[in-house]
Amino acid sequence: MIYRRFFDYPSLGLRSPSSEFERMRRQMDRLFTDWPGQRDPRVSAGVFPQINLTEDAGKFYARAELPGIAANDLEIQATSKTLSITGERKIAKEDEGVRYHRRERDAGKFSRVVSLPTEIDPDKIEAKMENGILTVFIPKAEAAKPRQITIN
Amino acid sequence: MSDNKKHELQVKEKQEMTSPAEQTTPGLVFSPSVDIFENEKELVLMADMPGVQAKGLNIDLRDDTLTISGDVEPLFSDKEEEILIEYEMGKYYRQFSLSEVIDQERIDAQLNHGVLRLTLPKVEKASPRKIVVQAV
Repeated sequence: MIYRRFFDYPSLGLRSPSSEFERMRRQMDRLFTDWPGQRDPRVSAGVFPQINLTEDAGKFYARAELPGIAANDLEIQATSKTLSITGERKIAKEDEGVRYHRRERDAGKFSRVVSLPTEIDPDKIEAKMENGILTVFIPKAEAAKPRQITIN
Repeated sequence: MSDNKKHELQVKEKQEMTSPAEQTTPGLVFSPSVDIFENEKELVLMADMPGVQAKGLNIDLRDDTLTISGDVEPLFSDKEEEILIEYEMGKYYRQFSLSEVIDQERIDAQLNHGVLRLTLPKVEKASPRKIVVQAV
């Protein structure tokens, strides 16, 4: 449909460079979303905080960027297959009489549940906060760990 | 936002920025979220820079241009395989032009849980800007 719109456009040669760029961008976007088998690697659940989940043979690693959140404002719970992170981000109130130029940082409560692909051992979960990044170490349940099978 | 406003935090996509200058090392560059406020004495900037350590933080003020940049070290080890990736990591970079004259000697920067608090004291208007002449 994009093509038709532009071919119908009377002054085709007088388009501004920015709209030309915009058109190219949309075409590129469409090209990539239509690409067979291609999916957006960043599929977000739309719930704060955003989580990156990785695994190795024995553990899952869940990481989230939580700047300005103290460890005791955070609560982590786990069942045999889910991990939940709840907490609150507080931003200390500044003195009366300050004038704001920009206010982009946000405070509030959050709650997130992540389902894990295999069973985990909820008793052995460890978590650490470092420079505003939360890392949760989630050991896999014994039954879910891969086993090396020797062939006799 | 003040403390008494207890609303739910929304997901905010990290703002990727097109490189301000050519990068010497490859990687993504993000623009950190900031709060900027002032009172009579100082200008304060708060920036969310999760993953930045004090040694990776760079603050530069020259010709009324304030530049903040922060390097983030990768957290993933090579053995880990990705299952779900909702956010990406990269450097932080943002520039501001300041209209106030800042007392460069007394700039204070604190980094706490991935939040930078930068205090830029204003030079009193009555006193002329102090220029230090250094003997060579």
